Amino acid sequence: MEGLGLLSAATGLSHRVGALGRHPAARRVGEAVLTLIGVSLFTFVLLRVVPGDQITAAYGTAAGDLSPEQLEVLESYYGLDEPLVSQYFGWLGGVLTGNLGISATSHLSVLSMTAQALPITVELAVLAIGIGLLLGVPGGMLAASRPGRARDQISQLTSLVALSVPSFLLAAAVSSWLVDTVGWYPNGEGFRTLAEDPALNLQQMLLPSLVLGISIAPPILQTTRAAILSVRSEDYIRTARAKGVPDRRLQVRHILRNALIPVVTMSGLQFGFLLGGALVAEQIFAIPGIGRQVLLGLEQKEYAVVQSTVLVIAAMFVLVNLVTDLLYRLVDPRIRAS
Amino acid sequence: MSAAADMHETPEVAPTRASGRWVNAFRTPGGIVGLTLMALVAVLAIVGATGIGPDPSAQDVRESLQGPNGSHWFGTDQFGRDIFARVCSGLANSMRIALVSVTAAALGGVLLGILAGYFQGVVDRVVGVITNVLFAFPSLLLALALAATLRRSWLTVAIAIAVVYLPIFARVARGPVLTLRNAEYVLAATAIGRSRLSTLFAHVLPNILGILVVQVTLSLSWAILTEAALSFLGFGTPPPAASLGGMVYAAQTLTSVAPWMLYAPGAALILAVVGLNLLGDGLRAALDPRGGGR
Repeated sequence: MEGLGLLSAATGLSHRVGALGRHPAARRVGEAVLTLIGVSLFTFVLLRVVPGDQITAAYGTAAGDLSPEQLEVLESYYGLDEPLVSQYFGWLGGVLTGNLGISATSHLSVLSMTAQALPITVELAVLAIGIGLLLGVPGGMLAASRPGRARDQISQLTSLVALSVPSFLLAAAVSSWLVDTVGWYPNGEGFRTLAEDPALNLQQMLLPSLVLGISIAPPILQTTRAAILSVRSEDYIRTARAKGVPDRRLQVRHILRNALIPVVTMSGLQFGFLLGGALVAEQIFAIPGIGRQVLLGLEQKEYAVVQSTVLVIAAMFVLVNLVTDLLYRLVDPRIRAS
Repeated sequence: MSAAADMHETPEVAPTRASGRWVNAFRTPGGIVGLTLMALVAVLAIVGATGIGPDPSAQDVRESLQGPNGSHWFGTDQFGRDIFARVCSGLANSMRIALVSVTAAALGGVLLGILAGYFQGVVDRVVGVITNVLFAFPSLLLALALAATLRRSWLTVAIAIAVVYLPIFARVARGPVLTLRNAEYVLAATAIGRSRLSTLFAHVLPNILGILVVQVTLSLSWAILTEAALSFLGFGTPPPAASLGGMVYAAQTLTSVAPWMLYAPGAALILAVVGLNLLGDGLRAALDPRGGGR
């Protein structure tokens, strides 16, 4: 209930801020801030719904043996006896000052755990987007070169199948094939970061980024194909052709360059998906990234770790989308004008 | 898995009234293949749900890890359970979760989207914030967090998936309603004294049915994938109930001795998802006046 009250207050506030800043970019930033507030509320509420509170999380089954007096002391220690609203602001204040909580199992702060895990996941995501673009953009160009013909249908069918094969299945099949038949499996050894052992790190990243890259290639292919087809029917392309621009130059400088704008946006949007997909890929290939941190937290019932990590991931997703959107406005003057 | 990839891609279907054009979806090669695959999946799921076939949880250690043969079509697992029976029962589980979650997401999301698009103002802004917040989480992560928070059962998995897909339906419904609310026949209906609510359901809803049918079909395939991924990670349908994702997980460590444990559930998953995607594409092509961009 309190959550709903806060939400409507925040909505009212954003409306007023929105009225101040008529500029679309300013409105977009305001929207992102509002979303972040909502995300923090949602994550907070989720923490309260979890069966068992911090006391149970810290003491496990021993929590049942605590006397009412001990419980009361602990409740005030964890701030559970305060009203929900002040608990929320206390928690949010902690988060904003970098206090994401402490893992009861490893006694590390969630902030330092995240600082270690996040670069690994970002590396994985960047490699996966690279592979996705490498597969998707040429595929889309090929499909768009003869729409409706055999090569178009084959690439559409391939992307439909790639979209339908779950990445965990692909990962499980590939890794077991490598172990059983080829006998090469770099992920069997302990994980090395890029700084520690670049050669081994890239070998270990190859399979997960390939699996994730394959699963994001279909949307990239579809976007490339649709964008090329729509750019090709523009008046300025006809003008360029009439002017006698050589075909190769026309294809690359006039068509592909304009068609890549939505493809770049699409890749930005894929980043969020990759943060989710990393859950599966990191689990299967034993990559100690942020997805693994969430799963381990869930397995060890470390809800504080889970909530903070989920919050960090969602906040990153919102920020990446915001940056993509703002860059998009910067790159494409048509959007800025409208 | 690819669910999130597609979340931002709303189907490009213009508002259409439910009409005979739906049948066209089943005249394209893709639509026919999709329909055939779904018929096969439905038969297997019905076998699994009704328990006509062999018992999916009957263990017989003497029969464990057998390859496909006459009495066990798809072989047996490490406990000697019949994999054919478990695939049928797993498909039934997938379909049940997918149907329940997508129905709930569609009903809730469409209601929110229509209200937001029709009434605008504060309603629209609140719905906008809710959808933005839910979209801020990668879909698998959100489903995982919800499923892990709730007590584990197939129903809570369905609820978690429903929450993830609710904002998609809200967004899909809101857009067309925004344009339709000022359409002349809607204004006319209001002018002759129909109430706003009745106009909404009598005149606006039928016009977005086409988009919704496409969205439901595609969402069913994402829901199946999400459930499978959750079960694979150990936070989906609780054992001993058969789930395709859980079967793939169990097969993973035994591929060198019993590769068939991976083949059957993997193939079943791919068939169901390819079938639904083909069907969705066929419907999109049939219902989009611009020919689905092809």
